[in-house]
Amino acid sequence: MQLHQLQPGERAVIAHVQSEQALSQRLTALGFRPGKQIHVIRQALFNGPLHVRIGSTDVIIRLNDAKAIYLSPIQPFAENHAL
Amino acid sequence: MKRIALLGMPNTGKSTLFNRLSGASARVGNWPGITVDLMSAKILVGGHIAELIDLPGLYDLHGFSDDEQVVRHFLSQHTIDLALIVLNSVQIDRQLSLALQIRALGLPTVLLLNMADEAKRAQINIDTDKMREHLGMPVLAISAKYGASCPEALTLAAQVMAQHAPIAAAQIAEKLAEDHHIEQAMDTIITQSVSMPVQLNDETTDRIDRVLLHPIFGLPLFFASIFLLFQFIFSVGAPLQAGMAWLFDNLRSQWLEPALAHLPSWLNGLLLDGLYTGVSTVAAFVPIIVLFFLVMSMVEDSGYLSRAAFLMDALMAKMGLDGRGFVMVLMGFGCNVPALMGTRVMRSRPMRLLTMLVIPLSLCSARLQVFLFMIAILFAPAKAALVMFSLYMVSFFTIFLTAILFKHRYQSHEPFVLELPPYRFPTPRQIWLRGWQEVKHFLQRASKFIVIGVLMVWLLTHLPMGATPASAQTWAGSIGHFFAPVLDPIGIDTQLAIALIFGFVAKEIVVGSLAVIYGLQGDALSQQIALNIDWVQGMSFMLFTLIYTPCLSTIATLRTEAKSQAFMWLSLAWSLTLAWIVSFMFYQTARLLGY
Repeated sequence: MQLHQLQPGERAVIAHVQSEQALSQRLTALGFRPGKQIHVIRQALFNGPLHVRIGSTDVIIRLNDAKAIYLSPIQPFAENHAL
Repeated sequence: MKRIALLGMPNTGKSTLFNRLSGASARVGNWPGITVDLMSAKILVGGHIAELIDLPGLYDLHGFSDDEQVVRHFLSQHTIDLALIVLNSVQIDRQLSLALQIRALGLPTVLLLNMADEAKRAQINIDTDKMREHLGMPVLAISAKYGASCPEALTLAAQVMAQHAPIAAAQIAEKLAEDHHIEQAMDTIITQSVSMPVQLNDETTDRIDRVLLHPIFGLPLFFASIFLLFQFIFSVGAPLQAGMAWLFDNLRSQWLEPALAHLPSWLNGLLLDGLYTGVSTVAAFVPIIVLFFLVMSMVEDSGYLSRAAFLMDALMAKMGLDGRGFVMVLMGFGCNVPALMGTRVMRSRPMRLLTMLVIPLSLCSARLQVFLFMIAILFAPAKAALVMFSLYMVSFFTIFLTAILFKHRYQSHEPFVLELPPYRFPTPRQIWLRGWQEVKHFLQRASKFIVIGVLMVWLLTHLPMGATPASAQTWAGSIGHFFAPVLDPIGIDTQLAIALIFGFVAKEIVVGSLAVIYGLQGDALSQQIALNIDWVQGMSFMLFTLIYTPCLSTIATLRTEAKSQAFMWLSLAWSLTLAWIVSFMFYQTARLLGY
């Protein structure tokens, strides 16, 4: 599962980040690292960007760029229905 | 002289600290990457004068954005005595990487954990002693916003500089190639010296966001608040401006006219009808400019602009731009020049060029002046706000149109990932410093462009000798006659044409030059203009003023930022063409409809 599939209100754990170097470097600097919990707070209108929270940092990210972030569920069974 | 570099991530209050330490006023913005020019100041550290340099905010010493490269180049080319690292205490868990990256360079460093006030509220406890042991560098918690522990920071800086010799820039250049073990080191230190809640809850920001970022009401609320802000500026500023105009009028009749009466009539005319009339008409707008920038800087520092980027991104994407482009356009409503420089945060060149192509179409404060002046003359007060609002709508319309027309030429795949800072209310000191900065800037431009501009206009409308001022026989008349075939179809007469030509240099001159052309000021000027042109002509003139090239500074910035003459010419040609087409369509349609 990737970040763009996560719905507002849902949480997951980052498994890995896979993208071209510049984007992954930026994501790392913003705190997108494996093992970190991520929380989708809301999505903007018209299929707009996601507002996510990782630790103490709030980030907005376009769906297309969110595809770079691969997730694993927090509890293996509770969150799987999203897929 | 010792040299101290200020380093830190965007949104850590680095510029605020810079202002605090230097007493000067670097721009303070709550927008990642806003510090694009290198600011420096001379400050007193431990009894010696040192040079403090505010480097651009960066996430990663090894990153690829323009700002990150600027910092790297600076560090590998200039020897510094001390790196003053500023981190946001609330985000220390991820920001510490930067301190470790800088430590790995072997530079003498002091680590300042800023926003100690916010950290305290968020219940984040940082054991600075433990962190100092692990890092091997002095660590100090400060609050740049309120000035807490800032003097101590300077004392620490002096101590470190006295103990360490500067590291040669060449050595830094070598080291900038390495370091990989930073992440592990970071995790160890964080787990041992910091305790923080797993997920941070900034209740206030969350609550405000729930309203302002509402899925349906978010956008309307945003536009409504912008409209209200402009309404506020308009209703508070207009009486102030009238008061200023009255003051200048009286100053002239009570003092200047008697004092200059003995001068030869041409010199008297040049000084009074040229210089004084022109400059004072422009100066009457200073209160509105001050108000405008005070409000803009509050919005900018509050963090609301990043939210605007979030709300608008989906729409902007359809036009080949992104949410940041929208924010740059909004900043362009203040002044196009910093907005153009702000596009440096975009890495993809096509995206940057497209954004730079639309920014000059945003209705800047200088153009606002022209509109306030014309609207007051040609429209009833009840309609004024509506006309002003419609001009803002036209500004947006031309921006969207331009982006849609050119988006295929400038296609890009720039990632859109942006940090959302918490809401912060700027302190009165920050607002004041910022407002003062803008006024200073305005007065500098005024003294340079407007004085020369209004004098030139006076000469053009009074030469050759013996011609009736501003008549067809003057040089201005000939110029107007020359452009008549193009400007007649859009209802712009000779007088307005001259103002437009000088408006090319800077829009601040337009109002002043109208005053000089008619040789009148204050109410007399307004009445004369109202006699000469009707509201359709006035509107056509305003539309043209809105869309054609904003000013020489914008063009110069466009060329240096795009590093392309061809792009500059494209922008010039496009805005002139579009201005003419829009004015033509408006003027002819209005006339056809019988207005």
